[in-house]
Amino acid sequence: MSTLDTRELGTLQRWQRYIHGHHWRSSAEEFDAVKFGFWLFLSTEVLLFGGIFCAYFIFRSLYPAAYAEGSQALDWRWGGLNTVILLISSYTMAASIYCVQKGLFSRAKLNLVITLLCGLLFLAIKILFEYTPKWSGYFFVLDPALSHHAATVVEGKTALFGLFQYVEGYGGKRPGSLFDHPFAQNADIPMWWSVYYCGTAIHALHVIIGMVLIFRVLLRVNKGYYGPTHYTMVEIVGLYWHLVDLIWIFLFPLLYLIH
Amino acid sequence: MAATHDHAHHHGSYLEPKGGFWTTVVDWATTVDHKKIGVMYLVAILFMFFLGGVAALALRLELFEPVRTVVDATTGASKITGQMFGNPDAGGIGAGNNLYNRIFTLHGAIMVFMVIVPSIPASLGNFLLPIMLGAKDVAFPRLNLLSWYVYVVGSLFAVAAIILGGVDTGWTFYTPYSTTTDADYWRVTLMVLGAFTLGFSSILTGINFVVTVHKLRAPGMGWFDMPLFAWALYAAAIIQVLATPVIGITLLLLMFERIFRVGIFDPALGGDPVLFQHFFWFYSHPVVYVMILPGMGIISDVLAVQSHKKIFGYRAIAFSSLGIAGVSFIVWGHHMFASMSELASMVFSALTFLVAIPTAIKVFNWISSLYKGSIALNAPMVYTLIFLFTFSIGGLTGLPLATLSTDLHLHDTYFVVAHFHYVMMGGTIMAFMAGLHHWWPKMFGRMYNEPLAILGALVVFIGFNVTFFSQFFLGARGMPRRYASYVDEFQLLHQISTVGSFILLVGFLIHLFVFLASFATGRKAPANPWGGLTLEWLADSPPEEHNFPHEPIVTHGPYDFESVVPHHWDPSDYPIPEEHRAVASH
Repeated sequence: MSTLDTRELGTLQRWQRYIHGHHWRSSAEEFDAVKFGFWLFLSTEVLLFGGIFCAYFIFRSLYPAAYAEGSQALDWRWGGLNTVILLISSYTMAASIYCVQKGLFSRAKLNLVITLLCGLLFLAIKILFEYTPKWSGYFFVLDPALSHHAATVVEGKTALFGLFQYVEGYGGKRPGSLFDHPFAQNADIPMWWSVYYCGTAIHALHVIIGMVLIFRVLLRVNKGYYGPTHYTMVEIVGLYWHLVDLIWIFLFPLLYLIH
Repeated sequence: MAATHDHAHHHGSYLEPKGGFWTTVVDWATTVDHKKIGVMYLVAILFMFFLGGVAALALRLELFEPVRTVVDATTGASKITGQMFGNPDAGGIGAGNNLYNRIFTLHGAIMVFMVIVPSIPASLGNFLLPIMLGAKDVAFPRLNLLSWYVYVVGSLFAVAAIILGGVDTGWTFYTPYSTTTDADYWRVTLMVLGAFTLGFSSILTGINFVVTVHKLRAPGMGWFDMPLFAWALYAAAIIQVLATPVIGITLLLLMFERIFRVGIFDPALGGDPVLFQHFFWFYSHPVVYVMILPGMGIISDVLAVQSHKKIFGYRAIAFSSLGIAGVSFIVWGHHMFASMSELASMVFSALTFLVAIPTAIKVFNWISSLYKGSIALNAPMVYTLIFLFTFSIGGLTGLPLATLSTDLHLHDTYFVVAHFHYVMMGGTIMAFMAGLHHWWPKMFGRMYNEPLAILGALVVFIGFNVTFFSQFFLGARGMPRRYASYVDEFQLLHQISTVGSFILLVGFLIHLFVFLASFATGRKAPANPWGGLTLEWLADSPPEEHNFPHEPIVTHGPYDFESVVPHHWDPSDYPIPEEHRAVASH
């Protein structure tokens, strides 16, 4: 496919017609400023998660045994898979920026779609294999974790067309006062789950925001808004997505790999 | 600053209506013009100031009488105030106290989050920063409008919490009280959500200002050619960006705590309430300097222009702003001496004294700047002198609070209340009033009634000191803060304070009248009524839509009064002795 949309052959594409804001001297100056502003915004995101990490380290030093026990209830394979998925999505996001810069629009769109699918996959794994079983006791039947947990499946209690089965005593690992898991060895184990849910849920919220932004960029790439001379939004959404990945890179070992 | 000012390319002021009533309303509601957004912020902030002020007067009225709600409940001793917050007998013991708690929370939360933090940067800063830098707008105009709407939404959450019955946590939302009080109601969560939302507005303004200062200075304007107001806004904006996210996560966790009982701050669930205090003050101490730094910037600018003299120690003032911003991040512990180890308290006490150094540098430089200046004693200058007086008292009374041994006696007393009112109101609000008068002709194109404004300033000054100086004595004698009732021995000082608060009210009403009268009958303002050299005095009063007909080019410093003749200035407005007049022209 040609780099120009057939509907607008003979006319200029939107990105070629882009005029910078009236208070800037040039598009280049505007681009620099937007990037600078966005890096400042990213620093606020780092500080926001800094609070979560701070709470993590304080309670880990207070309750090391609870953390060790809590971490064992997480399956590193799901966390690891999600890490790989996010790393792939980071690559495709970066690739889509390159493609827009080079005018390879169909490849840019493909990369953005893959990025979106990775985000969806990440959330699906998070919800189906991690949150739901821990919170409710309903267990996804294909979950490999089932094999190494001594638990009894309750026959006949299923959900979502049989995709979920209820496992006796497996759920109830909720944060704070909602915690009602019967097998906790450690009195402070609810605090581990508070930090786990707060950290991963706020991160998941950022994944969702990132996906909304990427979806918007995808629509606008499709309409020809961005191209070799104007790709500001693609670039900063990419920066945002990399930050979301980076935070997961820190969350993953701190939550899954500490036993 | 020498640049062409071509009236042939006049585009009409930003205040000119775009059409009929509704067209104008829609134009303002969707504007991305930093000047209109600044004016919209000004209106919103003044409205919240009114709300917070009414709450303050209610508190002072209640405190006029000692009304021992607990000890003396059976006698119903109240004469005036028992009727005001409810007779303790009628609603059961503590009903009056309960209402008192809600009113002082209302006063504190509104004044801190909705008035003092955004007051100067969002209103005067928004209006003036781009013009002072010679730019057409802030870096991200649409983000700027968004920040205003976010501010309004956040304020509405807070107002909703008040309508639903108010919040009794104090503006600091300390846990575990804030996670358990009013457990069956949403109002605490709403109030916290309001403060959380206002944080976004603050961050957006901060990012906008930092980028504007970096990227939008006019040709020829180096970092050290910026007006000191711009320097101060820059330093404050850095704090806004770096501190606000921490309160964001803190308040978010507090909301989780109330909704899901996650227990991170709840000792009953293994959490740590002191962690909340650390998180809270890690933001809320730096933000004290978000409140005061822009005020200091206004003082630097107004003082130089109104005394027609080069500011003394320009670089020292500029760097001390950054110094204060830096130190602000390592002193939060002095708000929680009671909940830390002795060693930590000693370290934070020592670090706190560091704040005195850059602050004193500024005060000494300002006073040196006045020396041999041609001082125009108008309302902005009167407010500047008031600031120097009240802010110095506020700063110096901080020292006994930073000293552990004296703080043992003074902490959580009216001495603390008086101290932070001298800094926040005697500092920020006085500077705000100085700036508002100084730039009023520029913003609205009308002069105000000078003698009446000076009268208002003096009434405010007297009212302020009567209200709060008496509280230093109350605190030193042991009157604790946040109580609706007290022993009889404190009554005289409390009554003096209450009388002072109503003098303050009269002063602000005079100002309200002056500003309204200025719209109705004010003389049309010239472009440069005070003889300033910074770029905003080059623009029309009020400025045209894009601020300047051509991009200005900066050829001299912001305060080079000894070598440059101000543009469009009629010195007969404020006669300057011959020997102080500049000889060289641009």
